Amino acid sequence: MSDVTDATTGKRAPTPDDALRIADSKQGGPVLAADGTPLKRSLARALRVQKLRALALIAPLLIFVLLTFIMPIADMLFRSVENSIVSNTLPYTTEALADWEPDTGEAPGEEVFQALYYDMFLAAEAKEHTTLGSRLNYENSGISSLFRGSGRSVDDVGEDQIDMLEDQGEHWEDPAFWYAMMSGDGGATDEGILQQQRQRLANLTSDNFGGEIGFIPGAEIAGILPRTVRAYTAFALFTAIADEDVVAEEEPWEAVKVALIEDLRTTDLSGYSGPGAAELQEAQGALADAEPISYRTAFEGMDKDWADSDVWRTIKIYSPAYTTGYFLNAIDMQKGPDGPEARPENQQIYIMLFKRTLFMSLMITGSCILLGYPVAWILANLPARSANMLMILVLLPFWTSLLVRTSAWKVMLQQQGVINDTLVWLGLVADESRLVMINNQFGTIVAMTHILLPFMILPMYSVMQTINPTYLRAAKSLGATNWTAFWRVYFPQSVPGIGAGSILVFILAIGYYITPEIVGGTTGTFISNRIAYHISSSLNWGLAAALGSILLAVVLILYWAYDKIVGIDNVKLG
Amino acid sequence: MALTPVENQTPGFVAAVAAAAGAFFGLFIGTAQGSGLMGVVGGAILLGVMGFVFGNMTDKEKPLRWGILAVFLVAGFVFAGFPGLVLGGLFGWFFGWFIFWLATSRYRAHLAPYLTPGQVLWHYSFRVICGAIFVFLITPILVVMPLSFNAENFFTFTPEMLRFDPEGYSLKHYRDFFTNADWQQALWNSVKIAPMATILSVSFGTLAAIGLSQPHVPFRRAIMAILISPMIVPLIISAAGMYFFYSRIGLQGTYFGVVLAHAALGIPFVIITVTATLVGFDQSLTRAAANMGAGPVTTFFRVQMPLILPGVISGGLFAFITSFDEVVVVLFVGSAGQKTLPWQMFTGLREQISPTILAVATILVGISIVLLATVEMLRRRSERLRGMSPG
Repeated sequence: MSDVTDATTGKRAPTPDDALRIADSKQGGPVLAADGTPLKRSLARALRVQKLRALALIAPLLIFVLLTFIMPIADMLFRSVENSIVSNTLPYTTEALADWEPDTGEAPGEEVFQALYYDMFLAAEAKEHTTLGSRLNYENSGISSLFRGSGRSVDDVGEDQIDMLEDQGEHWEDPAFWYAMMSGDGGATDEGILQQQRQRLANLTSDNFGGEIGFIPGAEIAGILPRTVRAYTAFALFTAIADEDVVAEEEPWEAVKVALIEDLRTTDLSGYSGPGAAELQEAQGALADAEPISYRTAFEGMDKDWADSDVWRTIKIYSPAYTTGYFLNAIDMQKGPDGPEARPENQQIYIMLFKRTLFMSLMITGSCILLGYPVAWILANLPARSANMLMILVLLPFWTSLLVRTSAWKVMLQQQGVINDTLVWLGLVADESRLVMINNQFGTIVAMTHILLPFMILPMYSVMQTINPTYLRAAKSLGATNWTAFWRVYFPQSVPGIGAGSILVFILAIGYYITPEIVGGTTGTFISNRIAYHISSSLNWGLAAALGSILLAVVLILYWAYDKIVGIDNVKLG
Repeated sequence: MALTPVENQTPGFVAAVAAAAGAFFGLFIGTAQGSGLMGVVGGAILLGVMGFVFGNMTDKEKPLRWGILAVFLVAGFVFAGFPGLVLGGLFGWFFGWFIFWLATSRYRAHLAPYLTPGQVLWHYSFRVICGAIFVFLITPILVVMPLSFNAENFFTFTPEMLRFDPEGYSLKHYRDFFTNADWQQALWNSVKIAPMATILSVSFGTLAAIGLSQPHVPFRRAIMAILISPMIVPLIISAAGMYFFYSRIGLQGTYFGVVLAHAALGIPFVIITVTATLVGFDQSLTRAAANMGAGPVTTFFRVQMPLILPGVISGGLFAFITSFDEVVVVLFVGSAGQKTLPWQMFTGLREQISPTILAVATILVGISIVLLATVEMLRRRSERLRGMSPG
């Protein structure tokens, strides 16, 4: 056991791992622990217990961070490609559109418009059509007003035919009659339709439409009048859960009646004897000569844009549940008929914003290096007492609230601000030609250089502290000039500090929001300001998420580089 | 401590350098009065003569410096009233010191003897450059303080303030801060949110840091990367993600949501400071405690905690200031009911700009000075302890 005692005399305390290695290296018979088990196994167990204990200590925080931080980031990434709103709002239309070829330049046929009618009717009832309208408006401007207008007048489709149906008798306007007919006569019921429509409404709205509604469609009637039962079930769910009314006491929507008229044109009622059989046959007879409802004409009557194949192409392109559309938008492109294409010149801003963000972050990093290097040098080379005093001047801004520093710069840089006043008082600048130093790139760069300078000085300082000053003296005594000694001897040793500080400052600068927002005006803003604008003002969350994902990717690459160069463990604060 | 033996400079040298300095400052005085050239020439002649005359009288340094100061004070006061008095005093003190500093070659005494005059000049120019950078660092913070006592609703120094007229100063912005319901509500919200977030991040963070500093942690690097990420990911992205996710699960716009978000942002700071403290912690102490019969909980609270407390406290202070200063995340995750102090300042800066912001800023600077002092004290204490602890 001499090896073990050797290990204990080392500076580091012995760990099970060391002992395990020692036990491993023994070529002879198995070494036994005190309780008789082989030492190797007993040590392996101890090591496992230790690992588990360490993980158990970390687990609460790890779960906390995963839940409160990583999941939100993942959610954002998901949102940048998620696009189920089109297929959720217009489920039947997107299904019917699958066969339509956009290249023909023709609007799709009657069956698509019929599907659109049912989708639009329900969406208008649930007031979700405008949401979809504004979503599609990002891709094709004009769709928003198209949807809003159509949602208002979709009730009027098939008016004449509905009037004809209602002329057949009061019962077609009687809620109880409809309820009895649709429920069937205590016979078999069809839960499937109910579940389908429940899912459809849950997708459409943010509610889950769960709960008892006091209505289950009858199986027999569902076989004869499939569209009607479908429409009535949707109506029943919406009435019972969203409006909180009793289904049997509310007159069905126009869409249910339109569905019935449509069903009566094709269905065979001869075998049906359930509730309302006589009335149905009477209605079928009366409506036999009526003109069929033309959905296409009706929609074109609401807005001639429905005849435009561009609108339909947009709907078709964005009907899959996932899309690259937001990412294309984020790099000034869009989905065209033949794949991705560039956006019109006057709508291209994001590439420019990304370039500006990079350029300004580089400028800020550069000025931080220029200003930070001499300060770090003097801090590292002064006697400890004075260095500590000067260090306070670096740490005080570091600890001061970001908003305090930003407001200070606003006060300093304004046209009626302290710097301009001083310059005017000194006579360097005429009163009427005060310098414009705020609400432009200059303001942002100055303020952010000041704010991020401590993040540059601190890593540089900690590296420079370790550089031995005798190297510089040795170089000079060997005949180097001041400059050569600095450039060939000191500077190369301080490069790791510059690297660490630069990456840190660059990472922080590239995602800044507050300072550019306050002192940046319109020309000094960053991509972050655009992200914030899309979240809170334009509500284009998908685009905000896509822009955020691109920014995040850039930062993560830099983070990875930082980890490789400096190591996350070596980050020091103050 | 003098490195180099020195002797007095010739009056000519002193006069020349002093004249250059005089010309430099004269330029500003001159432009302020309308003629830069007059200022340059006047300043150069005045300082040149002063340098030539006083350069010979280094033995009577003390009375002469007082004399120069007095003359400048009087001249400044006669010339431009009270602000002139202050400026004149500053100039008088500086020129008095500068001339004798040159004349007695004190500037050369503590530099290495082998330096050439060019290197000496560079040495002092470098100091001046560094001084300018320090001024850049600290001025914005200092400027805010006097402006917060402005009697007018201006963001600049009024003539009354420059005359040091008591009329020009008032506490009205502070009064506004302490009586305005909006600001008080914001202060109260900040005070409610920051400590809760700090408690959460410190308790979770300390446990995890102890776990991370054990000798065998599987996936240590990956775990560390995840735990540090809230500090690295740009705030706007964190805010966007949290806004989307928290509104899905109903936490958006609630006090609890803001506390959770701020706790997540504060965690990296706790992890970094506490793991740094644990590097100096002697693990055999816990083994010794266990050996003497203490359970893990007792060991933690009676042995480990008191030793790493400085690190925990400074991590907590970092987490506190992170939450207390944070505005982007609360802007998105919070609702009007969680409006914090920075949020109120942000709206103030963007919309109805009022000097009350400067009063708040001054108070916040005061708070950060206190926090900075505490952290520095703790850091030095733990460094001292580490220096003494064995191993």
